[in-house]
Amino acid sequence: MSTRSPAPYASPYAAGAGLGVVLFASYVLAGRGLGATGAFATLAANTVSIAAPASAQGNAYFAQRLADGGPFTDWLVVEVIGVIIGGFLSAALAGRLRLGIDRGPRLGALNRLAIAAAGGLVMGGGAVFARGCTSGQALTGGALLSVGSWLFVAGAFGAGFLTMLAVRRIWT
Amino acid sequence: MMAPFTDGSWVVAAFVGVGFGVALERAGLGSAPKLAGQFTLTDFTVFKVMFTAIITAMLGAFWASRLGVLDLARVYVPETFLAPQLIGGAVFGVGFALAGLCPGTSCVSAATGRGDGLAVVLGFFAGVLATGALLPRLLGFYQSTPRGTLLLPSVFGVQYGIVVLGVVTIALTGFYVAERVEQRAVRHRT
Repeated sequence: MSTRSPAPYASPYAAGAGLGVVLFASYVLAGRGLGATGAFATLAANTVSIAAPASAQGNAYFAQRLADGGPFTDWLVVEVIGVIIGGFLSAALAGRLRLGIDRGPRLGALNRLAIAAAGGLVMGGGAVFARGCTSGQALTGGALLSVGSWLFVAGAFGAGFLTMLAVRRIWT
Repeated sequence: MMAPFTDGSWVVAAFVGVGFGVALERAGLGSAPKLAGQFTLTDFTVFKVMFTAIITAMLGAFWASRLGVLDLARVYVPETFLAPQLIGGAVFGVGFALAGLCPGTSCVSAATGRGDGLAVVLGFFAGVLATGALLPRLLGFYQSTPRGTLLLPSVFGVQYGIVVLGVVTIALTGFYVAERVEQRAVRHRT
């Protein structure tokens, strides 16, 4: 998509400080932090509601997401659309838009897609029970010193390191 | 008037989201191999970005509250459920190491043209949908060990500021160790 070579990434400390300012601004301006899982849960609840309205209302998890509003009036859905736009614009300005599949050197493209989808599926299960993910728990709750958020961080990174011992070959 | 100002207008949501997406992309966190490098201990970008963001927002919230411009009691803190969040976190971590992306970064990866990012987005959506559908049967565990809004200072029995200082100290120590380990990994390769 772009012929010039991509710009180098920003310093992780600079990008992290920028992210922290965005998170703090969200506390001040909206009284809440960042999230990603909640947006997916709202979209899932609305999907079920269209396909089988009765079963969506009969399910406490989906019913609560539906009570928060329609798919495009939910705060987190709007925020995640912003994430997609922001990520796209940032990559476009840096010459980093590229159609492709990022993967480890030994892994074929189709296997990478299958493992990526499986990883996403597993994360979905964990995020429902944890009531959030790296955005809503680790960043948002972490900076507000929530106990459950720090338990999430311990569980996620503990299991992540252990899992990598077994699946190292897909990345190296 | 004391912040927070609204309970979240769309305009704020859109601006916060764009800022979030830009910060993740600038750091290189739209690239799965870079995130996976955190778990193979060859690239500590995830740790550095995450902990810099946490201490920045934490210090902002702490000082804004102390100076009387932000009412922290009105900022939403996720409620604590001890077992579901620890176990759910562990399940999440298994998927994270396989995917090389978390839900937020998978959106950035997909938005910048990566097929693997899109696969993670679709898989994550299916996972939330399926788990949500099964949740009525797993409600006992989902609702177990509830602790309401529970903060580290009350668990440790110390003042808020002491925990803030502790997190900053751990982060700075972690940054020092991360730089050392990365340098060693580079020397190993050459």
